[in-house]
Amino acid sequence: MANIKTLEKKTKAQSMGLHTEVLTGKTQQKFFNPDEAENFFYWGTHDVDFNKRTELDVKDMDCKEANKKIDILMSEGYGTIVIKNPQGKHSLGVGILNKLNLIFEGSLGYFGVGSIDGPIVRVNGRVGWSCAENMMAGKVVIEKNAGSCFGAAIRGGDLICKGSVGARTGIDQKGGSIIVGGDAGAFTGFMMQRGRIVILGDVGINLGDSMYDGTIYVGGKIGSFGSDAVEAPMTKNDIEWLTRKLKVAEIGNNFNISKMTKIVSGKKLWNYDALEPTEKKGAI
Amino acid sequence: MCGIAGLIHRGKSSNVGEELKNMLQALKHRGPDSTGYALYANNGGQNFIFRFKVGENVGEGSTSVNEDESVYNERKKIVDTKLSELGSTIIKEDKLTPYSYRYEIKIDKDLMEFSKSIESIENVEILSIGKSLELIKDLGDATTVSERYGLNKVQGTHGIGHARMATESGVDIKSAHPFWGYPFADVSVVHNGQLTNYWNNRRVLENKGMRFMSECDSELIAVFLAERMRNGATLEEGMRESLTGLDGVFTYFVATKDSLGMAKDTMAAKPLVLYESDDLVAMGSEEIAIRSILPQEIDTYDPFDGEVKVWQT
Repeated sequence: MANIKTLEKKTKAQSMGLHTEVLTGKTQQKFFNPDEAENFFYWGTHDVDFNKRTELDVKDMDCKEANKKIDILMSEGYGTIVIKNPQGKHSLGVGILNKLNLIFEGSLGYFGVGSIDGPIVRVNGRVGWSCAENMMAGKVVIEKNAGSCFGAAIRGGDLICKGSVGARTGIDQKGGSIIVGGDAGAFTGFMMQRGRIVILGDVGINLGDSMYDGTIYVGGKIGSFGSDAVEAPMTKNDIEWLTRKLKVAEIGNNFNISKMTKIVSGKKLWNYDALEPTEKKGAI
Repeated sequence: MCGIAGLIHRGKSSNVGEELKNMLQALKHRGPDSTGYALYANNGGQNFIFRFKVGENVGEGSTSVNEDESVYNERKKIVDTKLSELGSTIIKEDKLTPYSYRYEIKIDKDLMEFSKSIESIENVEILSIGKSLELIKDLGDATTVSERYGLNKVQGTHGIGHARMATESGVDIKSAHPFWGYPFADVSVVHNGQLTNYWNNRRVLENKGMRFMSECDSELIAVFLAERMRNGATLEEGMRESLTGLDGVFTYFVATKDSLGMAKDTMAAKPLVLYESDDLVAMGSEEIAIRSILPQEIDTYDPFDGEVKVWQT
């Protein structure tokens, strides 16, 4: 029975354009002993209470000072923190590894909310380059526009921009979902490895260039396909997933999902052919 | 990596010197080596503003060779003699630093001919010629340069500026931005990025009679646009041609007496944040530059790859 379930999952994933290989071998085994639970902890995390709310005005703080203050507030148990006057400062709200409601009343500069693992973030403004880079889990909602490299190398979670985003959105993406209500720039999904990108508007040139895996859905016009990016048929699973995800993302009401274009990796790059590197050398 | 900033007030004047200083100071971390301003001031439009330098700033980490101030004074005298020979009248002259001057003059000659003649004097470089353009560049951050040249009271409609981190040429004024769009009055350019077909383009443009003063790749943009405009292209047409004519990564601004433009390469590899309203356009490499003059919550966005925009005063 277990094998059948695995097969079902595999078929579903492949129907959505994912070709994730099954990882096996000793290095993939988990060695967790419940008796040693106290030895397993996530350094730098805090237990917070969502009902405990506070505000922090960062107008006269640099990013280091502001981030330190957020950390102190979490250590005091505050689970809902509203940041006032971020004024485009860089690197705010980075490295938060626990549950938290974090609300920015304004715009962020570069590298906002990077390397987070769990918080729910809302930015009532715009974000600069590399927002949520390396995000591992949680949900980030940007109410306005975002700069380039939006969601670079994210591993998980939902990263949502209600406006438009710049170039190289989801570059090196390794998991999670990036959802954009407006347009996206050139090289969207460049070298993405896993996960999904949804763009409701138009995208620029070289979409999905050199992507290894993962799926991109585009609602508008496509400037051009990148190297090895190919169109794939939309399936029932895609439509179900998109319907559910756009609802979570609070965008795309009444959007005609079935008209979207689905893009996956063509798997024709040199590293996907049947030859091992040593054999390839011989062949050359 | 360099930082660039620009702003244009539409339908009114403002203290653009102070505003641009604040924007560039916010970008100091992107380029601490030198700062440059191209301010479009309310100068009455009667005479030409002629800014030139007779030497380099040898302090503040400069890579320039030290020269005695008497050498600068001697060069300045030769410039004055040359101006007289060219039939130009000096209305007003200001010595801003031992190596830098601002003259108000009358010029009857063709600007190309005039400029070639002045720059035939060894180690004399024209920083700008125009009826509203005030091009100032020197070593140091935005505040240092602004204080040195008294820019905090300059009233005008628009301006562009640059905070430079020297990567491909020396720490000196000749490699600092903005670059004047020689030989066109009131044209200036700032650039963030690297151009990879600099020498190929330079050889072609020099064969067409265009002049380069530095070995800074960014100067190519000013010369490229000037050459296109010399052959009848509009500013915007020249900028669109630059997207394919220039190879590499770039975001650049260009300004004329009544307009401000931006262009971004087709890979969008260099940053730009833009704010646009009915009466003001402000843009910079980072949003904090815009926030330095507009601290309230505003809508900004990143222009896309291959985008060209031009605004009028």
